[in-house]
Amino acid sequence: MGLFDKFQGLAAARRELETIGIDPFGVEIERILSPTEGIIHGRRTILAGTNNYLGLTFDPDCVAAAKRALDAEGTGTTGSRMANGSYSNHRRLEQELAAFYEMRDAIVFSTGYQANLGLLAGLTGQNDVVMLDADCHASIYDGCRLAGAEVIRFRHNNVEDLAKRMRRLGARAADTLIVVEGIYSMLGDRAPLAEIVQVKREFGGYLLVDEAHSLGVLGERGRGLVEEVGVLADADFIVGTFSKSLGGTGGFCASDLPALDLIRYSSRPYIFTASPSPGTIASTRQALVKLAAGRDLRARLTANYRRLHAELTAMGYTLGAPASPVIAVVLNDRMEALQFWKSLVQHGVYVNLMLPPATPNGVSLIRCSVSAAHTEEQIAAVSAAFADLRSAAGIVAAELGTGT
Amino acid sequence: MTGNVTVDYPQIVAEICAELSRLTQGRVEVGEDTDLLGDLGLDSLQVMNLMLQIEDQFDISIPVSILPDVKTVRDFATQIERLVRAS
Repeated sequence: MGLFDKFQGLAAARRELETIGIDPFGVEIERILSPTEGIIHGRRTILAGTNNYLGLTFDPDCVAAAKRALDAEGTGTTGSRMANGSYSNHRRLEQELAAFYEMRDAIVFSTGYQANLGLLAGLTGQNDVVMLDADCHASIYDGCRLAGAEVIRFRHNNVEDLAKRMRRLGARAADTLIVVEGIYSMLGDRAPLAEIVQVKREFGGYLLVDEAHSLGVLGERGRGLVEEVGVLADADFIVGTFSKSLGGTGGFCASDLPALDLIRYSSRPYIFTASPSPGTIASTRQALVKLAAGRDLRARLTANYRRLHAELTAMGYTLGAPASPVIAVVLNDRMEALQFWKSLVQHGVYVNLMLPPATPNGVSLIRCSVSAAHTEEQIAAVSAAFADLRSAAGIVAAELGTGT
Repeated sequence: MTGNVTVDYPQIVAEICAELSRLTQGRVEVGEDTDLLGDLGLDSLQVMNLMLQIEDQFDISIPVSILPDVKTVRDFATQIERLVRAS
């Protein structure tokens, strides 16, 4: 088998997209106008697929902080913190993240993907068991793979299934790392965290909660599902990203366990990559202050996503989960989803197209992400586009599927 | 540790084939030599979900890391037999 033979399937899939006349995975935003608007195919388009939950990407204070850092510290760190040293502000951000979670320490990684990769590969190894929710993000699976850990999946959000598998592990359960997410990125549903914490209390083990999509969104101070459910003290590791609510690039892990600092020395994705640029660190530090104080932002975000969720439900669409900033519209099949996505772009609305095998239960999804920065008019326009397509395309309600 | 050590290999193969027949709605004849990806066209997620279905029947948890070693029904059954005996 030749080096490129494995790409035949992908090439065929791409040809099919060309036939339909779309390139959903290579969209060029010709000009970005605001957190919620850009120019695509020469026309003004509402961006409703950006995970920019608090709309901080153009926040004047965050932009100013990044500019000051650019002037003061230059464009990049040009290397790993292990080799090149840590800029003070990188360390400061770690301390601020630790204080935010009332934990001992935090590690900053260069991307959100690398936060999971780095933590899991640094923490676990061949003799360790990682018990993860079946719908966990690819970065979690990849981190376990890099670690060579024994990975056991439990059925998505199924606490009984988790307990059953912990019981099967016997004495090994006490050292098992359980991994769940605050809000799952595909369907927008939440982990049953209080019940999961009960399982951990019963069998032992450690709990990692990935708050990538819930940071800044849930909880009084925006600390995510752990705060909303009141189980912050039961989470051994909180992983998050700077690239959603914080409007930057990067990721982190916070923990109260003293050993966290040692993970730096065993984490290849931390050691062998350049640290984030000074501008990114500066804007993230400023954004974290805004996020923690951002009750008004969360109130606007909540109002926006509840409204869109309610309106799409009233139109008869099948949605992936109760209201959250991730609103997944379930369509009947791949082709319907492709055509629907194309039509939305033509209506001036950009959302995400999600197809199997990236999706759970083989469903085809149109995924909207709602922002605090969306105006009432923009939410109304997104809603109107969905209403128009429902009547024009004759979309009938799809089934979410029970899956496994 | 409640594994049922009396389960034998032919029984495991039969259970996997029954599950696969259900998954493919009987469109493909399934046997020990059936290639899960090549013959049935399952993607990695479908194979992982198949594992979830089979696990409960034998009261075991199958580590995802065995996936690279599982190409055929026989490979899968061999891994399950090993895990059942170890439980």
